[in-house]
Amino acid sequence: MSTPTAVALEDAKVAFRLGDGRVYTAVEKAHLAVAQGEFVAIVGPTGCGKSTLLNVAAGLLKPAAGSVRIFDRPLAGLNREAGYLFQADALFPWKTALDNVAIGLEIKGTPRADALPQAQKWLTSVGLGAFAGRFPHMLSGGQRKRVALAQVLIRDPKILLMDEPFGPLDAQTRQVMGNLLLDLWNADRKAVLFVTHDLEEAIALADRVVIMSAGPSSRIIGDWRVSLARPRDIFEVRLDKEFHELHREIWSVLKDEVMKGYAQSTQAVEAV
Amino acid sequence: MSRPTLFALQVLVAVVCIVLWQVLSTVPVFGKILLPPFFFSNPLDVFSQIVKWFVSGVIWKHLGITLTESILAFVIGSAGGVLVGFWFARQPLVAAVFDPYVKMVNALPRVVLAPIFALWLGLGIWSKVALGVTLVFFIVFFNVYQGVKEVSRTVLDNGRMLGMSERQLMQHVYWPSALSWMFSSLHTSVGFAVVGAVVGEYLGSAAGLGYLIQQAEGVFDVAGVFAGMFVLSAFVILIDYGVTLVERRLLVWRPTASDGRG
Repeated sequence: MSTPTAVALEDAKVAFRLGDGRVYTAVEKAHLAVAQGEFVAIVGPTGCGKSTLLNVAAGLLKPAAGSVRIFDRPLAGLNREAGYLFQADALFPWKTALDNVAIGLEIKGTPRADALPQAQKWLTSVGLGAFAGRFPHMLSGGQRKRVALAQVLIRDPKILLMDEPFGPLDAQTRQVMGNLLLDLWNADRKAVLFVTHDLEEAIALADRVVIMSAGPSSRIIGDWRVSLARPRDIFEVRLDKEFHELHREIWSVLKDEVMKGYAQSTQAVEAV
Repeated sequence: MSRPTLFALQVLVAVVCIVLWQVLSTVPVFGKILLPPFFFSNPLDVFSQIVKWFVSGVIWKHLGITLTESILAFVIGSAGGVLVGFWFARQPLVAAVFDPYVKMVNALPRVVLAPIFALWLGLGIWSKVALGVTLVFFIVFFNVYQGVKEVSRTVLDNGRMLGMSERQLMQHVYWPSALSWMFSSLHTSVGFAVVGAVVGEYLGSAAGLGYLIQQAEGVFDVAGVFAGMFVLSAFVILIDYGVTLVERRLLVWRPTASDGRG
């Protein structure tokens, strides 16, 4: 490949020590490469360790074996090239929307007077220009996600890591947020690693869809290229014939894993 | 219920109580006064005692002393609570080592310390301040400790991913979180600062509201005791109102029960 690889996981294995001393292997031999400017979605059944994999790419978790390379350099500590969009609310509740966005720059040492106008610009570009003075609890779930997006993007990271960012939102808001994300991404095409359990969302957004098997010791079991034309509109792309064929193809593989995942989660409950 | 109606009802309760008190302590019922004046005094005497204090201006000195002691106890106790709370929360080993002693001292009824403080620090304001500090310190300490420990994992990770250093995490995450916990207990800790001051004065002093009440009691001046109690309640309500104002200003970012829809 001619473009440098933004994120490369090589045979990454992630294991946790359980309370009783046993070792739980969440992810086994994960091999995944995200090229610069590429939008990759990871889909898998509940509990398959897709968020775990994302945390490894972020440097929040250390792999038990294998390596993580960011722009061809081994990752030590936190991934400084990456912006991370969390599934849960991660805004600072004691800061206004504007301050929440500005903090991304202030941390880097940008004077507050310079950071604030830029933060206002970013709030406007996520459609919240008029909400700068609101505190997070005064915003709706979708609005909070928009602020979080602006907070991450204002730092201009080269890589975007997203952990089911739109998971807690209702169906319509998710689609609106998906379109917003694609618009913003289109402007400078960062490398994106997007975790979701929603296959439709994955196909609609991504260039590549990666499927993981049910946990424990889950592996990457499939990798599809999505060649739908860009720029896309999430509402319309779902009506596309190619979309349907791809969805059917991937779902035939994913379905078995989803069933396995459910079976395992019920077994786990019985074991307890 | 509309505000004026509510207010009218609240006033009504006071009026009924005071009138009952006045009547039962002055008018014989079946040839017997139900509230003997020696034990219960009567509202008019109590009121005239309060007026006398304020007209002669003698009360201001006592209020000033009690206020000074309360403020000092609150400031010193809070500062200590914040520092130690932070320290323990960030150093789990230290917290684990001191844990039984913290529990032990906190379990001690603080009143028993008053004689020791009087012995060590004399009968001036500092023995009262010390008593207040021992009360305020633990409330603030436990809240700050909790506040630092219970910072949301996600918010913390977010701070890290945004590139915050340990110092910046302290400033932007731990500190505001701990403060919000501390402020949520502001009413309690300010209340205890006053309790410490008044109880200290009551047990041995030469000035303050507690002293005033203790003096009146010493000469069986029940009207004086009640008058002192009323001034003390009014004093605490005023302070509490001040705290509410401060709280509203400092905790604007927090959802209140009324807009908890979030």
